[in-house]
Amino acid sequence: MFQFRKSVAALAVAASVAGLSAAMPVGVQAQTLKAVMHSDVKILDPIWTTAYIQRNFGYMVWDTLFAMDEKFAVKPQMVDKYEVSSDKLTWTFTLRDGLEWSNGTPVIAEDCIASIKRWAARDSMGQKMMGSVAGFEAVDAKTFKMKMKEPYGLVLESLGKPSSNVPFMMPKKTAETDPATQIKVEDVIGSGPFVFVASEWKPGEKVVFTKNAKYKPRAEPASGLAGGKVVNVARVEWIAMPDVQTQVAAIQNGEIDMIEAPGHDLLPLLGKDKNIKLFDSNPLGNQYVMRFNQLSKPFDNAKIRHAVMVAFGQEDFLKATIGDSKYYKTCKPVFICGTPLASEDGMKDVLNQNAAKAKELLKEAGYDGTPIVLLQSTDLQVLTNLAPVAKQQLEAAGFKVDLQSSDWQTVVARRVKKDPPAQGGWHAMLTSWVAADILNPVMAGFFNSSCDKAMFGWPCDETIEKMRDQFSKETDPAKQKQIALDLQKYWVDHPTHVNLGQWYSPVAMRTNVDGMLTAPVPVFWNITKK
Amino acid sequence: MLDFIARRLVAIIPVLAVVAVLVFLMLRLTPGDPAAVIAGDNATSDQIADIREKLGLNLPIWQQFGIWIGNMLQGNFGESFFFKKTVAELIAQRVEPTLALALCTLIFAVAISVPIGVAAAYKQGSAFDRSVMAFSVLGFSMPTFVIGYCLIYVFAIELGWLPVQGYVRIAVNFGQFFERMILPSITLSVGFIALIARITRASVLEVLNEDYIRTARAKGLSNRVVLMRHALRNAAVPIMTVIGLGIAILIGGAVVTESVYGLPGLGRLTVEAVLSRDFPTIQTVILLFSVVYVVINLLIDISYTLFDPRIRY
Repeated sequence: MFQFRKSVAALAVAASVAGLSAAMPVGVQAQTLKAVMHSDVKILDPIWTTAYIQRNFGYMVWDTLFAMDEKFAVKPQMVDKYEVSSDKLTWTFTLRDGLEWSNGTPVIAEDCIASIKRWAARDSMGQKMMGSVAGFEAVDAKTFKMKMKEPYGLVLESLGKPSSNVPFMMPKKTAETDPATQIKVEDVIGSGPFVFVASEWKPGEKVVFTKNAKYKPRAEPASGLAGGKVVNVARVEWIAMPDVQTQVAAIQNGEIDMIEAPGHDLLPLLGKDKNIKLFDSNPLGNQYVMRFNQLSKPFDNAKIRHAVMVAFGQEDFLKATIGDSKYYKTCKPVFICGTPLASEDGMKDVLNQNAAKAKELLKEAGYDGTPIVLLQSTDLQVLTNLAPVAKQQLEAAGFKVDLQSSDWQTVVARRVKKDPPAQGGWHAMLTSWVAADILNPVMAGFFNSSCDKAMFGWPCDETIEKMRDQFSKETDPAKQKQIALDLQKYWVDHPTHVNLGQWYSPVAMRTNVDGMLTAPVPVFWNITKK
Repeated sequence: MLDFIARRLVAIIPVLAVVAVLVFLMLRLTPGDPAAVIAGDNATSDQIADIREKLGLNLPIWQQFGIWIGNMLQGNFGESFFFKKTVAELIAQRVEPTLALALCTLIFAVAISVPIGVAAAYKQGSAFDRSVMAFSVLGFSMPTFVIGYCLIYVFAIELGWLPVQGYVRIAVNFGQFFERMILPSITLSVGFIALIARITRASVLEVLNEDYIRTARAKGLSNRVVLMRHALRNAAVPIMTVIGLGIAILIGGAVVTESVYGLPGLGRLTVEAVLSRDFPTIQTVILLFSVVYVVINLLIDISYTLFDPRIRY
């Protein structure tokens, strides 16, 4: 036995020594940050899809005209200066000096115009803005104008939108790709802080980025997604590692430096390791949500949807999914707690888990006992336990519930079906939003109540749409806030969804890694590795 | 013999045709919409419909099938819905880790299981025999991922001898390739060793009671010669059959092992493709596995003639 152990050890040492002669020099290895992200990168076009991993990929390679800092203020990023005419109908943007694409060609105004158009064709906030845009004009290589048909209050918020779809600036040739078609691998050329190394991209294995030597960071210190994007490592590798247990073992063993989203049940194990630290890079976190399908009875009835809000209490949902109260927070306001529009106005009588009151409301609303087809996804740990809690609280209020379980991708496919629930459709499903996606009623997709054009669930409510429109066209922030509050009060009685609390997912990293920024998206500039 | 091989190769065609139809229909009948997966969580119904049209998923099923089969016959396996790469490219990138894992496992498993199976038969009823049988039950019963996690904990985390995960291509660095293959191969071979050892023991035991073994012993041949030349050779046909059938277990086990050890092989590609409903990739990978399975069993059939001269095709 001893002989065998000696042999294995010798073999391993020999292999390790041989391993040191790997193609990558030792210096580069030390300057390489290896991270496991929440998903593998399969698609390279962050405009074509809204998936978060593509958004994160986009922040590595491309830059934005504006960006949101850690205090939710939108700051110029590629833009040097901007001005708006006194009638608020002409916006003039001037790019910073010396901006270049990673292939060495300069970034020009025409690139930005084409990029805004492509983004706006895909993004709901962009579409809303373009409804008020009369046209664009390139004044010179660095300056362009955006002319409006009417004053629009969310120009900066739209161009500095932090999450999917982010208006990334791309070269004109790339940005002229049909918005419904993915850009090509060879077109992944950005002016962002990193360069995507296409030759080393192995789907299912790793994505490699190197520092963009041509990138010119802003002079201001980095803050959130804004400020100087100073890159302190030579290379970043996103390693595809689907098994969470293996991720933990790999970071404990020093084979990787960072895990973007370690499972909550594994956090105590990581927290005990003196070589690993947990860092909450996104203090806004995420929000759990139950979405109604308003095409079918009984949720076509606003009073019954309101009864659900009365029946629900957030704490049980959060305990069942996240567990440790360090990583969750009950939050009644529908706009994320801690952000400018958050308010408890109108929320006093809901989300108190008041089953008796909900029963009364159901009786008044004439609920006929139709079983609620509630979709449960069973393969995403952060979502699995939501549906059983929802079932329990709904049943306590007098609903009949038909819980139907499947994997998440089946839920994703099923939730876009408009068929009646008995024929493969659905009544309600549970999901989670990244807070950065739901900071205002125009950005938050679940408020879109434009019937067929709305997201799955297809709410159809003229009042909500009118208020969203007012919000987008209002240029005074105080008045915008008032509209958001009025909308929340109206929404409580006519809910499109129910907010079920906020939760947080810290990043796990080795203690020799430092400088990660607090931002709604995990970004890799400013990070150092000793 | 050549006739037999030609007939068997021709017989692959209907097998593949049945597999192709079944895989295609099963994927279309199971719930899931690749367009919705690609579009992401914030997508509108219009965006999803756009993507569905681009991928040709709004065509009638028979038309989709016709296009796929037509392309396959021309050697075009299609393009992955997710990666802007052809399925052939994806498979080419992923085949090396799986092939390396399968070969290492096969070599390791056969090298361990056959000798211990023979020894257990020879020492029937002894403590060694009982230990082999106990290991066999345990090895066959333990899920692959549990074995993987246990080995990672002991050899990577506690002892620090081997890396937890990852794959380095042979051409890049043989040393790193080798150290990253040790734990996955052991993990995957445990069940295989248990199966082969048990069958080897049973086959050899049966042969050991034959008259010609008694005759060989009566001639004064040593135990080693009796066991290796007479007993094992005559017991080889069922052992080879089990090794052939075990390839299916190996393919199934590779899916789990590749996930546990972060090996970017065909097993993981299959899981990723299934989870994201990447139809062209799933269809091609399953067809590939079917071809591999059929060809390996053909090779096993041919190998029978080496061990038993009475078998002729």
